[in-house]
Amino acid sequence: MLSKQAAMRDAYGEALLELGASNKDVVVVGADTTGSLKSGVFATKFPERFFNVGIAEQNLVSIAAGLALAGKVAYAGTYAIFVPGKSVDQIRNNICYPNLNVKIVCSHGGISVGPDGASHQQVEDIAIMRAIPKMKVIVPSDAVSTKSIIKAIAPIPGPFYVRLTRSSTPVVYDSGFEYEIGKAQVLREGGDVALFACGIMVPEALKAAESLKASGVAAAVVDLHTIKPIDSDTVVKFAEKCGRVVTAEEHNIMGGMGSAVAEVLGEKRPTPMRRVGVMDTFGESGDAAELLKKYGLTAAHIEQEASSLVRSR
Amino acid sequence: METAQEIVRLKELARNTRKLILESLAEAGSGHPGGSLSAVELLVTLYFHVMRHEPKDPKWADRDRFFLSKGHAAPLLYSILAQAGYFPVEELMTLRKMGSRLQGHPSMGIPGIEAPAGSEGIGLSLGVGTSLAARLDRKPSRTYVLMGDGEQQEGQIWEAAMAASKYRLDNLTAIIDRNGIQQDGLTEQIMPLEPLAAKWRAFNWNVIEVDGYDFSQIIDGFDLAASTKNRPTVIIAHTVKGKGISFMEWSPHYHGTPPAKDKLSDFLSELK
Repeated sequence: MLSKQAAMRDAYGEALLELGASNKDVVVVGADTTGSLKSGVFATKFPERFFNVGIAEQNLVSIAAGLALAGKVAYAGTYAIFVPGKSVDQIRNNICYPNLNVKIVCSHGGISVGPDGASHQQVEDIAIMRAIPKMKVIVPSDAVSTKSIIKAIAPIPGPFYVRLTRSSTPVVYDSGFEYEIGKAQVLREGGDVALFACGIMVPEALKAAESLKASGVAAAVVDLHTIKPIDSDTVVKFAEKCGRVVTAEEHNIMGGMGSAVAEVLGEKRPTPMRRVGVMDTFGESGDAAELLKKYGLTAAHIEQEASSLVRSR
Repeated sequence: METAQEIVRLKELARNTRKLILESLAEAGSGHPGGSLSAVELLVTLYFHVMRHEPKDPKWADRDRFFLSKGHAAPLLYSILAQAGYFPVEELMTLRKMGSRLQGHPSMGIPGIEAPAGSEGIGLSLGVGTSLAARLDRKPSRTYVLMGDGEQQEGQIWEAAMAASKYRLDNLTAIIDRNGIQQDGLTEQIMPLEPLAAKWRAFNWNVIEVDGYDFSQIIDGFDLAASTKNRPTVIIAHTVKGKGISFMEWSPHYHGTPPAKDKLSDFLSELK
């Protein structure tokens, strides 16, 4: 686990090719970032089912809705900074309200986008998408699960938002991954503290668990890739078992996965918890590793929060 | 040229449509009469003369599709659909009421409604999507989108306009209800649109201008749109907000104020 690196964007392109071959109703809509997103590979194989609408994110979403209205399964996406923010009205009224088969897949989520700076670092998308009825929200943790997820959501009716990462990331699922909607993946058992993570924070949580073990703390690690619908059963089960919870996400601590976990536990099983995430601030230019360190998104930060929770009892 | 008999039939449908719009709005106590009355002849022509559709089988795969981009004209579309047989005419009296299928703005679940509407400026893009799909599936379906003139101020309309001409969507026809009035006043004062036809021409659309109350012109416009190859068509229909009721015509007030229930007969008595 974690010894190999792979790009979620490459996995996205591969999944689209396979979907294109197996389902003639799959279409892809892009907005001038299709080379970057690797959705462009679909165009070389299935040119008549590929539409590049240019730099027009609202049109991107609504045209995808029109294609879905006519029976297509539309994969639409660009960089995460441009879609939930610029086209939230279209997502709400054109896709979610009529519950259409549009899968919004965006790359370059989070602060790890790096040198482009705060204008390009999307740390509010989970909050925005989670608040819209019918929308389902997934943040895969590596390339292997990305491919499985992209393929698995095609036959599931209704809208999805899938957020990918710009850079190559450690492979979490060497031995494969089978996506089941609303089912979290338990990566490591442990009874002292439960670490719930999504996206690139999953490998960080695994590293944190390893360090915690050295200091005698047994941490469970759960990949909470699907933030909506959230796997409440697994969240409650591990909160009960461990009595302490730390969440970790590359997102504002407000409204994201940590908030979703807090909502579940607040009502079903109040549990001491800490949230690791971006502390309601904007980022800046820098390389990804530097930024993740500065903004508190590393294994060390997860370990620190977990240790302080364990010590406080 | 259409037969005189056909024009008489369409005129009678238009008169009845205005009656149903006013009655359902008076019963609802809220809603948008002005922009519903202005576009009556356009929708009557589409649904009773031009479009291939099947009220008994609303999801017929080869149907032509209609999107109401100016969603506030819901009472107009509902009145048309009811007369076409998509649902009972009596149901119009449930408009905007709790539990009714006839939501204040179009929503799914009403037979004949293709998509929700209400947020301005986003309907044309849906039409681009269904037109692309029809071409992909080699279906004869055409798509029609009725837009308001006020919503021409939304940027997404022009994103959709560019995409439709890029993809040479000759199976897409947009219609602009050019009544000149939006909620706050005259379009040319709030945010001028002219030269509107030149703008659409510059976006490489086939532009046709018609008198929105002359059935022969409207029908000819749709015929010309259907026979135009490699380009989408926009029909700019010159209309009058509140058309048919003298004191509602040209009135921004009646954009969003329904007839009072106890004054309904004054309104209806004006219908010719």
